[in-house]
Amino acid sequence: MLDVQEIAAIRGEQHIFGPISFCVPPGGATVLVGPNGSGKSTLLRILAGLGRITAGVVRWHGRDALADRAEHGARVAYVGHLDAVKSALTARENLGAGADIGLAAMALAHLADQPARFFSAGQKRRLALARLACRAAPIWLLDEPTLGLDTASVARFGDMLAAHRATGGIVLAATHLPLPLPDAAELRLA
Amino acid sequence: MTLWMIVTRDLRLSLRHGADTLAALLFFVITAALFPLAIGPAPETLARLAPGIIWVCALLAALLPLDRLFGADFDDGTLDLLLLSGLPAALVALAKAIVHWLVTGLPLLVATIPLALMLNLDPDVLPVLLAGLLPGTALLSLFGTTGAALVLGARRGGVLLPLLVLPLTAPLLIFGVAAADAEATGQASAAPLLFLTALLAAALPLCPLAAGAALRSAAE
Repeated sequence: MLDVQEIAAIRGEQHIFGPISFCVPPGGATVLVGPNGSGKSTLLRILAGLGRITAGVVRWHGRDALADRAEHGARVAYVGHLDAVKSALTARENLGAGADIGLAAMALAHLADQPARFFSAGQKRRLALARLACRAAPIWLLDEPTLGLDTASVARFGDMLAAHRATGGIVLAATHLPLPLPDAAELRLA
Repeated sequence: MTLWMIVTRDLRLSLRHGADTLAALLFFVITAALFPLAIGPAPETLARLAPGIIWVCALLAALLPLDRLFGADFDDGTLDLLLLSGLPAALVALAKAIVHWLVTGLPLLVATIPLALMLNLDPDVLPVLLAGLLPGTALLSLFGTTGAALVLGARRGGVLLPLLVLPLTAPLLIFGVAAADAEATGQASAAPLLFLTALLAAALPLCPLAAGAALRSAAE
């Protein structure tokens, strides 16, 4: 269970968001909505332990999650705006350990040994999403995950999300597009 | 993800980008080969200057790949994933320093042998020169990794980097060349070599810690 209490972010002199509080139960999903620049990406990076938190506390199973950021990183799977795909490596090499599970989940198995430089933008995005399935991280933080995906891939991604939530994993996603996340809570950032 | 997985992955990337990897080595060989043209081919002069030439050229060549050491990972989002790999940021930085040494420092050591012979260095001095360059190149990788992490995300970081790293390398140059000169003039070369090794022992834990903190702040 992810418990977020009164967190706020300030960059330089500028107030970005907060203070906000919310809670995501095991198997739960929360969709972050709000206009551009409302702090959705910043919030996701803070929850991943990448961004700097100005106020408040993030608890995971009752303990301060951000106290040890390296340990927190191991329980987080983060997909940002950038795909983090190395064009000189093949799809399998890009994913590393557990590659076959991820490739199967996003229907990329037939491209496993192709260098990623031959991939289209949508295929690179699918490869970035496949990374989620490769390791069993309980917290998925997704920033516009379905941008540039075709409908078949969105459906497959929906299956991945459902399987993850069925095992008690939680999902936080920032998006402007409808996501295949049934009964997700909505968090509106002003 | 373990430290070893980052090292093997980056080594594989360096092999795929073979031209980038060879560039530093070729730079080293070519700049060192320019000195006989500039100062004349007199064998005694070259033998006297050879350790200094090799050290300065190795130092400059090791700087070349630093710009992309973290730059590529920063630009394509891989750095975020490395920081979320479960490893402390300091170990991520240490992995990068190891890769830098393997693809730059080690080839420089090997290329030193033919270059030293070309510059008419006394073959008896060569082992001492190499013994100095071994901790020397490792220190260059550690200092360079720290510098590269510090300038990450800064505009014109590539220009800033040599200004930051080169002053730190002054002790390496002094003690590395002193060891070779001592051997050439028949004095004991152990003291400067030990000093280089002591520097390495201090830099090995400190540089990754500093670089790790810099990586964290670059990601923010």
